[in-house]
Amino acid sequence: MEIILFELALTFYFAATIVCVLELFKGAAATSRIMHWIVIAGFILHTANIIARYVISGHIPIANLHEASSFFAWCIVLLFLFLEYRYKVGLLGSFIMPIVFALMLISSMLPRKTEPLSPVLQSNWLGIHTVLAFIGDAAFAMAFGVGIMYLVQEHYLKSKHLGGLFNRLPSLQILDEINYKLISLGFPLFTLAIITGALWAENAWGSYWRWDPKEVWSLITWLIYALILHVRITVGWRGKRAAILSIIGFCAVLFTFFGVNFLLKGLHSF
Amino acid sequence: MKTVVIGLNHKTADIELREKLAFNGDKLEEGLLKIRALPEIKESLIISTCNRVEIYLTAEDADKAYESIKDFLADFFSIKKGSLDNALYVHKNTEAVKHIFRVASSLDSMIVGEPQILGQIKDAFEFALERKTTGVILNRLLKKAISVAKRTRTETKIAENAVSISFAAIELAKKIFTDLSEKAFMLLGAGEMAELAAKHLISIGVKDIVVANRTYERGCDLAKEFNGRAIKFENFISELVHSDILICSTGAKDYVINKDQMHEVMKKRKNKPVFIIDISVPRNIDPEINNLNNVYLYDVDNLQGVVESNILERQKEARKAEDIVEEEVETFKRWLASLDSVPTVVALRDMAESIKKEEIEKLMNRNPNIEEKDRKAIESMANSIINKLIHPPTIALKEDSEDKDILIATIIRLYGLNGEDNAKK
Repeated sequence: MEIILFELALTFYFAATIVCVLELFKGAAATSRIMHWIVIAGFILHTANIIARYVISGHIPIANLHEASSFFAWCIVLLFLFLEYRYKVGLLGSFIMPIVFALMLISSMLPRKTEPLSPVLQSNWLGIHTVLAFIGDAAFAMAFGVGIMYLVQEHYLKSKHLGGLFNRLPSLQILDEINYKLISLGFPLFTLAIITGALWAENAWGSYWRWDPKEVWSLITWLIYALILHVRITVGWRGKRAAILSIIGFCAVLFTFFGVNFLLKGLHSF
Repeated sequence: MKTVVIGLNHKTADIELREKLAFNGDKLEEGLLKIRALPEIKESLIISTCNRVEIYLTAEDADKAYESIKDFLADFFSIKKGSLDNALYVHKNTEAVKHIFRVASSLDSMIVGEPQILGQIKDAFEFALERKTTGVILNRLLKKAISVAKRTRTETKIAENAVSISFAAIELAKKIFTDLSEKAFMLLGAGEMAELAAKHLISIGVKDIVVANRTYERGCDLAKEFNGRAIKFENFISELVHSDILICSTGAKDYVINKDQMHEVMKKRKNKPVFIIDISVPRNIDPEINNLNNVYLYDVDNLQGVVESNILERQKEARKAEDIVEEEVETFKRWLASLDSVPTVVALRDMAESIKKEEIEKLMNRNPNIEEKDRKAIESMANSIINKLIHPPTIALKEDSEDKDILIATIIRLYGLNGEDNAKK
């Protein structure tokens, strides 16, 4: 049952991604409305899938990489739907849905078995730590998408060739504003995730910080986003620079998430 | 009944002739009522704008209508009849329908996609409606033209991109800033261009305008006009720290600000974006400034380039709009055609009914002892006979066919239906 739900959600996100990419090239109001409903349908199925896994396993389904990627994607869709509703900026989906689909695709290729939690994960900290981290990461993922939109629009304005997406992309100001808000949302959540992680580590392993690769890369990610906020506030690194930095930041997020698990083995690879 | 349009526009007549033939002020009412009074013409409507004067009408005989309208125009505007020959165009039936659809959709305008024409057509229609000069056909035609125009506007992008320099600049500004009305503007130079720009800005709700001019007094005058603030020209660079949009049109021979100075300004602004429009020739702003982060500099040529690509874009969209028009013309044609056959179908049925009635009455008179029950049976049999007889011609009439006119005429002649009487019904 939960597998069918997952496959269905994946299919809907795939359809949404196709529609979104088509929209980039064709562009009609109708497709964007279709996309919206496809995403909502996918989101509902996805939510059902997560609930089903919770019921089956009895714990929040973020215990293996399959579940984690899927939950990560779910957080992004949740934020995306909120942003769509709040700002109604054009083409946002075309830049976000491919990320969601990619995460879901990766998730679908990973082992899916629901296993009993290893003793070290059996803790209330699991939910708090991971949910904070994933919502923070989701905000960073959105900031990445919005950052790309900014760079595209900025390129049109600077080069003075106003073809293609120029008319349908929103203003630079709103893109920069959304980017800033997303990072301002993601950063404190991510910080809390690191703090709760440290507390949990102390609880489970007896020390707050052990320089495990995941911890190191989380710290690097944290520093990048701290830098983004810092230079924006002090010297006004906004717009293009902020957009580029948020793209770099998200690369660090992805590496922390997948790279560490696949390439560098450590305490944190579950 | 024929639908006809007779008119002239910016392509067929020069401004002088268009001015002479303009139905402005009271002339519109007077002209419309005079046209209605013409015996050849059933329905009528006048569209008169600065680029076109067109008379839409329905008449039995299109050629006669054309001649009498030409006479009327020459007489009404006291011009020689001969001077109209080359300027006037006539479109009949389907062509007339297509013409109004194209005009309303702004495909026949000087600038494709301009929005005024639709409003002007709506006004003209309303004016004619109030004076009851239009009827079934023109009412339907005009309503359809308005809806076709709306359709082309929503389904294509013919009206989307700015095709004048000032609108192009505003459109660009809207892609840099979200809400222009809360942005700070600076006008560098207080000449005619600056004044025009200021008017434009006020109309879109801008409140914060600073004027910097070489002659301070002139700057003050302009600032006062727009509730703005004047500053000394020498101070404009330090003031630029607070301005989001700079419109530059001074008569300076050289650059008034270079890249390093602008770089300093940007640092002080904490890199808040600046949009600079340099409409002065020779240019007053160092083009290198465009390479600074968060500075967007457009000169006249850049803006002209935007406008030209927008015009091309609109022309591409216009082709899509033409397809929509073709499609709608087909639908309208079908409606017009069905309109013609309706009276004939009705006449055919009436004739059959009256024959039936007559024959049953005769029968009853001859055989008074027929019972009510039997009379009913006879009547229902008669009904089935006439229904079966008139069914095929009715279907043929209702069908959409090329030779419908001939078909209608043939049926009228074969059954001896008086076409003219029926048309009145």
